[in-house]
Amino acid sequence: MPTFKDFKLPDLGEGLTEGEILKWFVSPGDEVKLNQPIVEVETAKAAVEIPSPYAGLVTALHHGEGDTVDVGSPIITFDVDPSGGATDAGVAAPAQTNVAAAADMVPQIPHEPGLVGGPAPKASSEEKIEVLVGSGPKSGKLTRRPRKQVAGAVVSSVQRASAPVPPPARVSAAAVGAHAEQVAGEVHVLAKPPVRKLARDLGVDLRLLVGTGPQGTITRADVEAASNGSAAAYEPDVAPRRQSGGEQRIPIKGVRKQMAAAMVASAYSAPHVTIFTTVDVTATMDFVERLRANREFADVRISPLLVVAKALLLSVRRNPMVNSTWDDAAQEIVVKDYVNLGIAAATPRGLIVPNIKSAESLSLLELARELNQLVATARDGKTPPADMAGGTITITNVGVFGMDNGTPILNPGESAILCFGAVRDMPWVHEGELAVRKVTQLSLSFDHRIVDGQLGSQFLADIAALLNDPALFAAWS
Amino acid sequence: MAVQSVQPSEGPELVQLLTPEGERVEHPDYSIDLTEDEYRELYRDLVLVRRIDTEATALQRQGELGLWASLLGQEAAQVGAGRALTGGDFAFPTYREHGVAYCKGVDPVTLLGLFRGVNQGGWNPHDKGFQLYTIVIGSQTLHATGYAMGLQRDGADGAVMAFFGDGASSQGDVNEAFVWSSVFQAPVVFFCQNNQWAISEPLERQSRIPLYERAKGFGFPGVRVDGNDVLAVLAVSRAALERAREGSGPTLVEAYTYRMGPHTTSDDPTRYRLAAELETWKLKDPIERMKAYLSRTGMADHDYFAEVDTAADELAAHIRAGCLALDDPDPITLFDNVYAGGSTLLDEEREQLAAYLGSFEGAH
Repeated sequence: MPTFKDFKLPDLGEGLTEGEILKWFVSPGDEVKLNQPIVEVETAKAAVEIPSPYAGLVTALHHGEGDTVDVGSPIITFDVDPSGGATDAGVAAPAQTNVAAAADMVPQIPHEPGLVGGPAPKASSEEKIEVLVGSGPKSGKLTRRPRKQVAGAVVSSVQRASAPVPPPARVSAAAVGAHAEQVAGEVHVLAKPPVRKLARDLGVDLRLLVGTGPQGTITRADVEAASNGSAAAYEPDVAPRRQSGGEQRIPIKGVRKQMAAAMVASAYSAPHVTIFTTVDVTATMDFVERLRANREFADVRISPLLVVAKALLLSVRRNPMVNSTWDDAAQEIVVKDYVNLGIAAATPRGLIVPNIKSAESLSLLELARELNQLVATARDGKTPPADMAGGTITITNVGVFGMDNGTPILNPGESAILCFGAVRDMPWVHEGELAVRKVTQLSLSFDHRIVDGQLGSQFLADIAALLNDPALFAAWS
Repeated sequence: MAVQSVQPSEGPELVQLLTPEGERVEHPDYSIDLTEDEYRELYRDLVLVRRIDTEATALQRQGELGLWASLLGQEAAQVGAGRALTGGDFAFPTYREHGVAYCKGVDPVTLLGLFRGVNQGGWNPHDKGFQLYTIVIGSQTLHATGYAMGLQRDGADGAVMAFFGDGASSQGDVNEAFVWSSVFQAPVVFFCQNNQWAISEPLERQSRIPLYERAKGFGFPGVRVDGNDVLAVLAVSRAALERAREGSGPTLVEAYTYRMGPHTTSDDPTRYRLAAELETWKLKDPIERMKAYLSRTGMADHDYFAEVDTAADELAAHIRAGCLALDDPDPITLFDNVYAGGSTLLDEEREQLAAYLGSFEGAH
């Protein structure tokens, strides 16, 4: 006899309520061993691999990669006795591999064989407990028991639950409730646990309610009103809200969430000023060409960004105050003698700013290698958090998007950010005559608490001068 | 320069008897001479202890434990110390001393009760010479010192070993225990597993000097031992325990090791330390060097290693089955073992909970 076992997402770190499926290592039909890694899940605390709790055959995955899943929700089903013959339940199980069918929710067919005509094993009632937090299904001892009916002391919701709803409907109400909790991962219904329970008892689908509580929270009154049929908000037969109006709701999480928080923190704490200059970089572009031809640089990718980075590092040495932090708590400005050079990078997961540690100590070749490495790692989405911490000044290269320039927001904790625009062939007055030259625009945003207009201008002018005439590198080094 | 290498120097003072390559070396102050059986048993201990840890970690990931504190990488430090303890000795652990517990005869399944939330420990410390796990950082060093002073006053033969980590060395309790035990010549060995990371805090932010050197300021000797070398840990621990038993007072043993896993299953070490550091320490793995030593000297062959692996599989199966069979306690037992002589407030609260539980159908 095939024996089907669900595995529910456990609380992986002391009080978590959800996790995101990062990667499945198995597919339906795969044979797995006990403790073989089956899935990688990211929670608020850590990304961890979950080892298989069973040896057997994978029959269904209930969530795709990228899904955020509530703790206690089944994520995978195993057949732990695949050598047994097929049964009704066994035939029904593969249908669950179909996500649409699973969403349709005939809850856990393999665990409810009584409902589909198979034999009724004793375990069925144990397996159905939905847990919000905790370590998954427990033995029968923890099965929720109805409260005793004490005359005169009965809460109204219990009355409703027991009076109008006949026993079989209780089962389906529980199923609807379970369904609502699963879908809640997508729609994000806000309701307190006792309200969720009330809704489940009354057979009210929380997804269809418009909450009147704080932040749209669904209140006890909302559920009771819906149950009485008095609420205009309750429209049981319409599709879920997310499908109306052609809007897409994207959960704010991961890199985007971090980026947003960092940008808000920076924009509202450091008074930003941005200055611009336009510079003829023909000599720098020639310099880049010569580097590319140089045998020592044969194995690295050379881009104008390398020269910009080197120019910035040299200019920091001439204007050290731009490489500092405003320590509000200590009422001190912290000037650093090392440069952890941040490079803003667009990655598949969003904007990140990894930095090159102690970039001021690197030779041009070393800097080129570090830049290559940093970009490759960021593109692969593998930048470790340590690489993003401790930056002291940043370059953002909007030229790669074809933009002339911008007004960048400071990376939090830093006092300057250089924005490097596209290099274009432009008409330009060169040695008193109009000529076609390679021209780019640079801008510098700085924290005006630390850097004043004179210092900022001097710093940007130094960078521009170096790019205009790379011979100055030798002069200023 | 604020950015520096995270790899602190081990220093020439590290006591080592077995190199990471599995070669026996001699030390002027510490030596060890075991029978072939004893060498093999140490290897077996290391493998079984690691298996206890990996199985418990898997059980946590599968939702069967709420939390687990992995000892991965610290097997030699714990087995070396645990095997140095004799019948009359008493150990005061943190929450990570699964290897010491194993050496003291505590069934690993019993250890899981605390992490599954079904009991407060589940073994009798007096039967095992092994105190219950202490979650509060460093407080057990004071308990150990007090217990050692009790042994001293009873004229008993045994010694006490207090386990703690590099993070706890910054705690007031630990420093108080140092002062107290030193002044009273208490028969206690302070066994610090310096695993380099106090959760996310590296050692260099906790001390300007090597930890073992701190002992000097308190007036007792300190020694740094290669915590991934089970032979050196055993030799150093035996000497320190002997010193305590003969009335010469405390010793600080700093077992220099590395926590190869997360602080607990709720932690993600990749957020604060570099993969390169872990790779360096993998080369110093405590089990690999012992295996190399046994193979090189012909003390063990493939059959022996296979037999140990089978024993580890059986132990893992025992742990899994035992864990799943642990009974959920009656909620009312929450009030047991709080006060030896009872408390009226707790009695009231117990009655309230009993009434609440009794309001459900099918309640006892």
